[in-house]
Amino acid sequence: MQPVQLNEGLSRFTELGIYISMLFYAAAFVMLAMNLAREASEKKSQKAVNARLEKWSVNLIIAAAVFHGVGVIGRGIAVQRVPWANMYEFTITATLTAVVIWIVAQFLRPEVRFVGLFISGFVTLALGIATTLWYVQVKTLMPALQDWWLLVHVSVAILGTAFFNIAAALAIAYLFKSAKWVQEPSKKLKKNPLFKLMKLILDKFPPMQRLEELSYRFNIIGFILWTFTLIAGAIWAEHAWHRFWGWDTKEVWTFIIWTIYAGYLHANATRGWSGKRSAWLVVIGFAAIIFNFTIVNLFFKGLHVYSGLK
Amino acid sequence: MATSQRSKSASPKPDRESVLRPADHVSGSGDAPVGPKLGIFGWLRWIWRQLTSMRTALILLLMLAAAAIPGSIYPQRSADPNGVTTYFQQNPTSAPIMDRFQLFDVYSSSWFSAIYILLFISLIGCVIPRIGVHAKALMAPPAATPTNLSRMPAFKAVKAGPKKRAAAVPSAEVLLKKKGYRVSVGENSVAAERGYWRETGNLIFHVALVGLLIAVGVGGAYSYSGQRILVEGDTFVNNLAGYDSINPGIAFNESQLPPFAMTLNQFDVAYDHTNKTNVGTPLWFKAHVTVRTPGQTAGTKYDIQVNKPAELPGAKVFLSGNGYAPVITIRDSKGDVAYSGPVVYLPQDANMTSLGVIKVPDAKPEQFGILSFFYPTAGKLSTGAYTSIYPANANPLITMNVYKGNLGLDSGIPSNVFSLQVHGLKQLTGGKTGVKSIQLALGQTSTLPNGLGTVSFDSLRRYASLDVDYNPGQLWVLAFALLALGGLIMSLLIPRRRVWVKVTEEGIEVAALARGDDPLLDRVVGDLSAQLKPKKTKASGDDLASNEKGE
Repeated sequence: MQPVQLNEGLSRFTELGIYISMLFYAAAFVMLAMNLAREASEKKSQKAVNARLEKWSVNLIIAAAVFHGVGVIGRGIAVQRVPWANMYEFTITATLTAVVIWIVAQFLRPEVRFVGLFISGFVTLALGIATTLWYVQVKTLMPALQDWWLLVHVSVAILGTAFFNIAAALAIAYLFKSAKWVQEPSKKLKKNPLFKLMKLILDKFPPMQRLEELSYRFNIIGFILWTFTLIAGAIWAEHAWHRFWGWDTKEVWTFIIWTIYAGYLHANATRGWSGKRSAWLVVIGFAAIIFNFTIVNLFFKGLHVYSGLK
Repeated sequence: MATSQRSKSASPKPDRESVLRPADHVSGSGDAPVGPKLGIFGWLRWIWRQLTSMRTALILLLMLAAAAIPGSIYPQRSADPNGVTTYFQQNPTSAPIMDRFQLFDVYSSSWFSAIYILLFISLIGCVIPRIGVHAKALMAPPAATPTNLSRMPAFKAVKAGPKKRAAAVPSAEVLLKKKGYRVSVGENSVAAERGYWRETGNLIFHVALVGLLIAVGVGGAYSYSGQRILVEGDTFVNNLAGYDSINPGIAFNESQLPPFAMTLNQFDVAYDHTNKTNVGTPLWFKAHVTVRTPGQTAGTKYDIQVNKPAELPGAKVFLSGNGYAPVITIRDSKGDVAYSGPVVYLPQDANMTSLGVIKVPDAKPEQFGILSFFYPTAGKLSTGAYTSIYPANANPLITMNVYKGNLGLDSGIPSNVFSLQVHGLKQLTGGKTGVKSIQLALGQTSTLPNGLGTVSFDSLRRYASLDVDYNPGQLWVLAFALLALGGLIMSLLIPRRRVWVKVTEEGIEVAALARGDDPLLDRVVGDLSAQLKPKKTKASGDDLASNEKGE
């Protein structure tokens, strides 16, 4: 086993792709919001611009994904391995996966196009944090990570996270639409121009029951992938850490997340728990995923200490 | 715990509550049976129904998630025993109170156990009746066609002439059977159902979870995990005395330990020194060992690496750590050897700055102990203190501070070999003593203060921390986990639906009802009605249907 030739220069250069993609995502976010506002507008002259604006914001996200992809692949070549072994790499890869799944999904089902609003906003934010706070110089894998389960366990976790991410966006849309202050606004709020705009945008989202259904479908795929992540992680832990389960902090949170989503699936079949409550569970579940990835990685003591940060 | 069933699909048996309860049952606290009418069995039955209800399962799941959180915040004895010790030292008042609430043993605590045991009782209580119901459903024909099909969530009525109406029932039977439906044909209607695997998968998932829990419990009882630090050249014999520490399961018996002896011939490690951003990162660790079993003199060689344990019959040996063990000889004032051998130094940082303790109880005239640092590649900080600047041994250096006094080894209380209680001892070198710490390069000898004798750094060896593990349940755990995954996929992705085709006086009616989420419900009804009554542009459709009937 010869030490590989790492290339920090290439990693830094292709990171420019990530910066460019952030600009594009941010622009797409603004355009999608404008588009929804225009679509909701009653003026015919404004409605006409619609189709073009929507098309261009989708194209912009596709272009962003290409630059984003350059950043991810460039990092992979620079480190001579899969680009998901520390927080920076995991973030750029996981966000790209979520974007690609959104791109595919909105072609198949145009009704999920509006989720791009959430995805582009979220991805811009996540990439901003990753490039400024979590960037680490090119490193080889520590011996515990040198295993092909890194390929399986982490890539499936990334996929699952991406599906949960889209499902959470749909649940948030549902919660906004179904909120009492939106459904029955006070007189004062009714007159607020910002509220009016928001209401117009919300009216353009799919109906509530449809949002619930779509969120459920993304969540069940996410849940299957998460279950697989958990099992694959246990198999790997057995030969890396000599036990398949040891309540390591990361294992604990993976279990908590799994249990929350299992609760969500049961909530859907329990009277009085479908609708708002189950949508809240989706949001809580995704919040737990973010917590597991950020707070647990950075501040909790455990074996999954792969942020590469000091 | 029917994860697949959703109430909003308005199926005749939408969820587990309505299977167990009357259809007009309304959820809420107000509907509990009134006390006086119930005898003790009535109450027991009521409690059982509450426990096995879907809402209870849901609440218990959320409670389980919440109850797992403290175990990630506070150090746990199972995962991080040293962390618990430190926590007690830092929080001497609160720690014992927290310990009483089992906050350092969350996952074996009575409250955590109570939640998951209740959850599993709830699960079993729910699943067993459902197995019966499902078995009956598997044997019974699909539910008869309802009178009013237009009330179904997916419905389509098409007008058709007498010829097509006459062909509708037999064609529908063929078409639906072809698509895997179970079909029952009535006088002028067809009732069909598919997706029984959805419920089967759901039941498999839940039963597999019970199997998983049992496998974890039984496997854990017979398992053991032993740790041993082995210096190059040393041999470890697999018996209880051979371990530095061992965590046996409750049913463990010493005779379970397979007889073997393991010698660490050499420990190999490579650090990156070519990539600027990666200098000092370990590239690999390899423990070259020879294992001898009874009657075998030559032995078998293994290279144990992280992720690549040695798989011996009856146990696996894992590499979990490594470090340096300088060989040190101490002679007392008379010149007699008071200590000689490798000393295990524990790494403190990524560059392997390591801490070691030497206790010399046999020194004459007085006992003393040494707190020592080892730097594989020593470098000087601007403060004058040493640190290691690279983890490989390019410039090995040992520094020592000597403490004189009673080491407390004769009191009979077990003490940690890796720590020296300096309280009550007199420091002779380093710190505020004004005497410089002892410094030893490889091969050097130095005199100890106060005429205590001499110390020499003879040679340098490495050691490996090995973990010997055995868990007979783990293959079962894996099998049940995969079974659960398979069941889960079936129960979430296979659509369960009923389809009805009815011939009326004006035409053909097609309706469908899903049990659980079904994205294709409308399409199924649309496709089927189109096939039964093709549009005029597809003139061959009618013939096709009758052809299929003839097959």
